[in-house]
Amino acid sequence: MAEMKTGAEIVWECLLREGVEVVFGYPGGAILPTYDALSKYKGRIKHVLVRHEQGATHMADGYARASGKVGVAMATSGPGATNMVTGIATAMMDSSPIVCITGQVPTGAIGGDAFQETDMTGVTLPITKHNYLVTHIEDLAQTIREAFYIARTGRPGPVLIDIPKDVQNASIEFVYPTEPIDLLGYHPPAKASDEHVAEALALINSAERPVILAGHGVLISGAMQELRELAEKGNIPVTTTLLGIGSLPASHPMNMGMMGMHGGSWPNNAIQEADLLIACGMRFDDRVTGNLKTYSPKSKKIHIEIDASEINKNVKVDVGINADLGTVLRQINPGVKRVDRSAWFGKIKDWEEDSNERDILQFESPTLLAAQAIRKIWEGTNGAAFVVTDVGQHQMLECQYYSHDDPFTLSTSGGAGTMGFSVPAAIGASFHVKDREIWVIVGDGCIQMTIMELATAVQENANINICIINNGYLGMVRQWQQMFYESRYMETPIYSPDYVKLAEAYRMPGYRVEKLEEILPTMRQAQEHKGPVLIEFVVEQFDNVYPMVPAGADLHDMIRRPHPRFENMEIV
Amino acid sequence: MKQTLIALVEDKPGVLNRVASLFRRRNFNIESLAVGHSEVPGISRMTIVTDEEELLRRNIIKANLFKMINVIDVQDVTDQPCVLRETALIKVEADAVTRGQVMDVVEMYRGRIVDVGTKTLIVEVTGEPEKIESAINVLTPFNVLEIMRTGKIAMTRGEVKARTNGNSASAANGKH
Repeated sequence: MAEMKTGAEIVWECLLREGVEVVFGYPGGAILPTYDALSKYKGRIKHVLVRHEQGATHMADGYARASGKVGVAMATSGPGATNMVTGIATAMMDSSPIVCITGQVPTGAIGGDAFQETDMTGVTLPITKHNYLVTHIEDLAQTIREAFYIARTGRPGPVLIDIPKDVQNASIEFVYPTEPIDLLGYHPPAKASDEHVAEALALINSAERPVILAGHGVLISGAMQELRELAEKGNIPVTTTLLGIGSLPASHPMNMGMMGMHGGSWPNNAIQEADLLIACGMRFDDRVTGNLKTYSPKSKKIHIEIDASEINKNVKVDVGINADLGTVLRQINPGVKRVDRSAWFGKIKDWEEDSNERDILQFESPTLLAAQAIRKIWEGTNGAAFVVTDVGQHQMLECQYYSHDDPFTLSTSGGAGTMGFSVPAAIGASFHVKDREIWVIVGDGCIQMTIMELATAVQENANINICIINNGYLGMVRQWQQMFYESRYMETPIYSPDYVKLAEAYRMPGYRVEKLEEILPTMRQAQEHKGPVLIEFVVEQFDNVYPMVPAGADLHDMIRRPHPRFENMEIV
Repeated sequence: MKQTLIALVEDKPGVLNRVASLFRRRNFNIESLAVGHSEVPGISRMTIVTDEEELLRRNIIKANLFKMINVIDVQDVTDQPCVLRETALIKVEADAVTRGQVMDVVEMYRGRIVDVGTKTLIVEVTGEPEKIESAINVLTPFNVLEIMRTGKIAMTRGEVKARTNGNSASAANGKH
């Protein structure tokens, strides 16, 4: 005789069976039965009380990106659930596996505009990989299993499960379903056809100027070794997307670094001059292509991508392979021949040297420069930290000046560009990342979007070091205003509290640095402290991120940092 | 040639909404959408007509549909031999004087009179969409009061092809 369980208990039973260690959430009316049942599962599953449901989703997302496991967030109906929307959209854009469980008004009240009723399956339809409204307790366990399966397989993404209060309260003889999950309409593709492998190999082995574009899919598929083999065996340079950082060590001689709007000029030039692009688990976002009409005009294109709807979406390709990246590379690599490409590498080297001469690390400035500060953070962590960034100038500078040699050491909101991501995402990551320091790089605008989660960080004694790069502006927007709106800084100067005192108010150590030489000693103090630490970096207000491909411009048409040999070295 | 898609979907609440929402979100335009039960219990069948003609875009629409968890199979039958049908109910003004003339027209289109009122007739016409258009044109001088069209339904001719069964590699490359 199976044991009777309530819907609320079934939720926790299923989470335990999915291997969930931690749930980020916030209680409220419609999810109360599930929180009440948590009393029976204390010690077996950890719940983190957040300060805002957006934070819960970013924490689940941050945990998922760090661990590769499914992150779980929980909230009540209505405003609790709608507060999750930004976090869900962020996870959707960056293919991050999270499951969001929301309470809903009782089934009999649905559609009647009951207190705290919001149609969450309707609201989240376009920003989830899939979502469910569970109206019968008999379906609950299987639905949760399916949700986890869908979230983590294929192209991962967020799944929302909306559970009415009466379903949480109902009881049933609970038998955990064990049959393999077989969804009629969901079968992630596995491998490439022999025909596709042959077509790809013919292009790769005959190319003179090939470039590998490595995206987030390399990390999701766990294909780092296969990517490296393709690059080394075929003698092919690699450039990564923002989310592809870490797919090949930054110090690897074949790695040109990040491409795109704020990517290096040499990988961008290489893409434009290439005769073959091998796109691996990326989606030709407008931030990496610039003007599609002039994008890499001389190249043939191979696109290996698990999501068929991405193939030929933005860029027309010659060989589109819809399958798991790691599997495809294992099929392709044995046939890859080493080709002498010294002329091609020589050309890339020339472009790189020109960039190095313009590097802001060579500049002297009376004020602290954000790029130099971030390079110091790299130095002070031996390049081995787990870094979480927010969105804007500091984010792009991190990508340029913090070199990541290991995969899964950078967490950042790419596709959605969600300000406020970093602090909660780092708290989430801290529940998995135990063998590395966690450093948050965040702007003064971003931190104030989710600053309430500092309380969560202290409450959980999360071992995170928060570096606020404070330039007194919404820096990236100000940069656009300077470049494209004749320096009319409308509503971009932003007031900040005294962050050191704020840290003190939250009962965490807080420091302020204004000079380059203060950074390493202050970092030492932070590193000795177990628990959250806040460091404010007061930096130059009018510095810009270079190079920059203006939105919609040709990828080779970059605005470069003024060359020190030819131009006044003023920062502004 | 307008794109015609046949989609097999799970017969679950909200699936029609998911499909319609996808077209809106991705900025694809639905010309018509007809849905009903299929030969398999629990599976509904949709015929979707879009205004897209370009092959790459058509493949993207198809891949996006196929990606949905509740969508089991999608076929683009635009270039395949198909039986295409649409049914229209047309309410036409017709009194004792004009009734005979309208009935002659209906006869020409192999339609049927399905309701007779003192001043109106309801005409049912089934056929390819062009035939429906033509019937409506010819009936217009009698004063058409209401039109309801089902939207196009499609079935490929001959043998039943094997379903996509999850391998959408060919879907992406338009090799169906």
